[in-house]
Amino acid sequence: MLLNQPHPLETRVLTRRFEYPQKNPIWVDEFVAKQGYEGFRKALGMSPDEIIEEVKKSSLRGRGGAGFPTGLKWSFVDRKSSKPKYVVVNGDEGEPGTCKDRVLIEHDPHRLIEGCLICARAIGAERGWVYIRGEYRFHIDILDKAIAEAYERGYLGENILGSGMTFHLSTHTGAGSYECGEESALLESLEGKRGNPRLKPPFPATVGAFQCPTTVNNVETFCAVPDILLNGGDWYHALGTPKNGGTRMVCLSGHINNPGVYEVPLGFNMKRLIEEIGGGVWKGRKLKAVIPGGSSSPILTADEVDIPADYDSLAKAGSMLGSGATMVCDETTDMVKLLARVMKFYAHESCGWCIPCREGTAWLAKILARMDEGAGMTRDIDMIDQLATSMFGRTFCALGDAAAMPTMSIVRKFRNEFEAKIGSTEVFVPAPGTQPLVVL
Amino acid sequence: MAELVTLTIDGKQITAEKGTLVIEAAKKIGIEIPAFCYYEGYSLQAACRMCLVEVEKMPKLQPGCTLPAAEGMVVMTDSPKVVEARKSTLEFLLTNHPLDCPVCDKGGECELQDMVFRYGAGESRFTEIKHHANEKQWSPMVYYDPARCILCYRCIRVCDEGLGVGALGLTHRGVHAEITPSNGDHLECDECGMCIDICPVGALTSGSYRYKSRPWEMNHVGTICAHCSNGCKTTLSIRNGEIMRANNRDQSGINGEFLCAKGRFGYDFVHSEERLQTPLVRKDGELVEASWSEALALVAKKFGDVKAKGGKFGVVGSARTTNEEAYYLQKFARQGLGTANIDHRRSGDVASLLNALAGKRDALATVADLYTTKAALVIGSDLSQQHPLLAFQLRANYRHHGSSTYTVTRGPVREDSYAARSIRFEAGDEIGALDQLREDLSKHASVVILFGDSVKGGDVAKLVAFGDSLGVGVKYVCLMDYSNSRGAWDMGLTHEYGPGYEAAEQRGLSLPEMLAAKDLDVFWAVGANPLADAELGSNDAFVVVQELFLTETARRADVVLPAASAYEKNGTVTNTCGEVQRLKAGAKVMGVKTDLEIMGLLAKEMGLDLGIWTPEKVFEEIRRTVRGYNVQLPIIVTGGAAPTQPVSGQLAVLPDVSLVRSAEDTLFTSGSLGRYSKMLNAAMEAPGKLYKE
Repeated sequence: MLLNQPHPLETRVLTRRFEYPQKNPIWVDEFVAKQGYEGFRKALGMSPDEIIEEVKKSSLRGRGGAGFPTGLKWSFVDRKSSKPKYVVVNGDEGEPGTCKDRVLIEHDPHRLIEGCLICARAIGAERGWVYIRGEYRFHIDILDKAIAEAYERGYLGENILGSGMTFHLSTHTGAGSYECGEESALLESLEGKRGNPRLKPPFPATVGAFQCPTTVNNVETFCAVPDILLNGGDWYHALGTPKNGGTRMVCLSGHINNPGVYEVPLGFNMKRLIEEIGGGVWKGRKLKAVIPGGSSSPILTADEVDIPADYDSLAKAGSMLGSGATMVCDETTDMVKLLARVMKFYAHESCGWCIPCREGTAWLAKILARMDEGAGMTRDIDMIDQLATSMFGRTFCALGDAAAMPTMSIVRKFRNEFEAKIGSTEVFVPAPGTQPLVVL
Repeated sequence: MAELVTLTIDGKQITAEKGTLVIEAAKKIGIEIPAFCYYEGYSLQAACRMCLVEVEKMPKLQPGCTLPAAEGMVVMTDSPKVVEARKSTLEFLLTNHPLDCPVCDKGGECELQDMVFRYGAGESRFTEIKHHANEKQWSPMVYYDPARCILCYRCIRVCDEGLGVGALGLTHRGVHAEITPSNGDHLECDECGMCIDICPVGALTSGSYRYKSRPWEMNHVGTICAHCSNGCKTTLSIRNGEIMRANNRDQSGINGEFLCAKGRFGYDFVHSEERLQTPLVRKDGELVEASWSEALALVAKKFGDVKAKGGKFGVVGSARTTNEEAYYLQKFARQGLGTANIDHRRSGDVASLLNALAGKRDALATVADLYTTKAALVIGSDLSQQHPLLAFQLRANYRHHGSSTYTVTRGPVREDSYAARSIRFEAGDEIGALDQLREDLSKHASVVILFGDSVKGGDVAKLVAFGDSLGVGVKYVCLMDYSNSRGAWDMGLTHEYGPGYEAAEQRGLSLPEMLAAKDLDVFWAVGANPLADAELGSNDAFVVVQELFLTETARRADVVLPAASAYEKNGTVTNTCGEVQRLKAGAKVMGVKTDLEIMGLLAKEMGLDLGIWTPEKVFEEIRRTVRGYNVQLPIIVTGGAAPTQPVSGQLAVLPDVSLVRSAEDTLFTSGSLGRYSKMLNAAMEAPGKLYKE
């Protein structure tokens, strides 16, 4: 149930059926009454290539964090393969600060189902799964009910709407691992294995779930598809900036007056986002920094946020749009504590597969916890930077990068705060919470 | 021919097949790309990040273990960026790795030590408290120290992919991640210890060796395992004559990286408290200790007397003594004692096979053939239990080359899991069951047929006829039980045949006939224990036994001569595939003599001229006189395996196939030797059963 009120500056596409205050999820009758499944009906009349072309035209990019062009991703699926093809929805939503997928499922579950159907039509899949993190029990129930409704009304199952198309969809529960948001780890987990990432290539488009061609997309990405089909790729594209089509969900959180989930066009200015939609920094304080795309995106200082929030502009600013989780830090924020907390998360979530991530995150977490306790040493500051640099780009999957990027940016941009945490003596004090090797 | 590409590694141009991994391509031109998790022949992990290399036009460092060589690729393995990355990877590895090298079993032969020595940084910046987890005992054989584990996943892969057991997995995550048995806290597996061998660090340690010695204190002697008939090379690590461990340190044998529980842990019978170390002579109904000279004189006198009065001898040889000993024994019996009553317990009908081959050359498969053949047919044997190396080879062939395996067995076997077809048969019906496979088998370019003791005599002829009818290249393996089961046949330890399957001049008594005879004057057992499950019919026979232990037969003896085990002697043995390999003496046990020396001394005492009794001289004679054994000496001397085929086609007499019976040992039993191995008996799986239920 949404905490925030809608804002007039929002561009409502994915959220256009939302009600404030919300009473119930939008079930099938209301959904159909409000143009529901019409995008899919239109897709039924199109060839797979036409659907993919339309999605390409929309310049929709993956909303999970990496921002890979969706149409291109679908076109990679080997449709000629004799194996079955699969649609997998990534609803793991593990990136700290991100809470958009749950809102979409909570309000408008059929939109996701429609998105899956269109994708299935485009890649020739007859089976799909929605992988949802285990903590979202409530949302799994909503989606399960919506799927049951869709089966009842003939939107799922065999001979859908008399078209001869078959598509089955079900939910699959994760068991609480950040790593399972990485698409290949998600597929391992879906197959019932330990959620370790896979070696790539091959990519899921050729060898995905159960060794079959698979497309994996974020919940928000699938949710954007019905309107693209309904109104055309060009229409969707025009909502955003030239290379960054459409709208996106922003999860505003942190030291801000109106935290919440908002839908804005790509390229919406980040400073305006914070000040106008978010109502500015709370308690009348000044802005210190913004984490623009989830905890793994490099931090931006207050001086750096007056930029359009789209994939390319943020990349230019040295950060990333990520999962749309925009976290605001006011002037009182302790950046060492913040980084220590972030690193505790990554050390906890590292799957342990590769050495730099497994050992690097744990080491950094220990140093940062110690610094935060006031027992930092001068050499620690450079070492934090060096360790993060050693991890960056050398790990098996992107989790290592996700831990390294905020570390490098925070320690470089807020070095003075780290210096202030240097203890009075340069004496080693063990980090709290660690067990002594030998208990006497 | 695969497409070739040319790439440059460290300035050197190399042409490689497209798709060759950069780490392998570099190896070919002598450039080492260090790695922990990469292990040839097993699935790729790219987990350790030690093999990162710089590649032109690629922004990030690339793992050499998964990067396929491509045309025009320029790889740098020692650029400053790569050197720095290796340093930092090792620094990361050492953060939580205990620096207990001075007491670690692996110290001195540890890949992590070597890597840090070559590529590591000079100092450590890690000053936090290390993450620690306690050591665990998984089984009597295997211990795991998670703190030392670097998580290269080799053990998981060798167990799952190599052995098909899958006893290991991974639990927890991040620095807490550790290897865990699939059963939770203990192993239920083959206890082969391959995980210990393949572990690059001291995380997996051997129950029989841990904390006993430093690697550099021991001499490492590569010899052939004393147990089953597969003929794996096992490396004995010897300190002051004592075997401290056996492992596969020297991977040069026909078994490559493979070694099972018997080869690795089953050596401990050598130093058993129950080893006989002094001759025993029966006085007043009791076996009492005697000197060698007294015992030998007594035996020589008795043998001489019985021979002089034309008495009746019964001589039983062993499937475990060397070729030289087997040859010398039959020579002693036939020439020295003038008796034709000589036999051993036979476990496979190789004579019928050689007879049925009818002039074919190269019709006997070697262990290496099992890795290259397109198809294999296993008849009547639980291969993974009875012939673990052959099973490993077939599985590796399936994994690497996609070969097809067909099983025709009485019960379910492990090979079923990847077999192209599995057929169950009622005892005695295996040849009939084969017809169903004719069409499948004839599709493959080459087939190896392995058959157990249930196929013998006329059935072997039918089997070879079936093989001929396939119209493709077929090779055979006659499966037998022990380390020299094949050699015992070849050397003429049977009442039908002399060495090289020449018909014996006079057909003597078979083993059961000797046991049943009421009028034996002398019963002489060399390394055999026929009275384990039988009675000696002749009450008055003078029984001489050469044995390691006081077995049932030795207890009935009038003179017991303590013999050396295979690990204490030189010589050659022939495995079930007919490959001759060299035994090298490693261990020393006080008071014992090799069977060859005992026989030689007896011959001397009796004044017989049977030739010099050193293994080298006897082997020379074997090469000269035994058909098929004129093998190239350099192969044997350098520790290789030389295939033999003593004869192909019509034998003058057919073997007595009623005597062919396998002891049906499992992975944890090994005839009388197994009874004295504490490790094998300690395995929770022991004695186990053939065929899964």
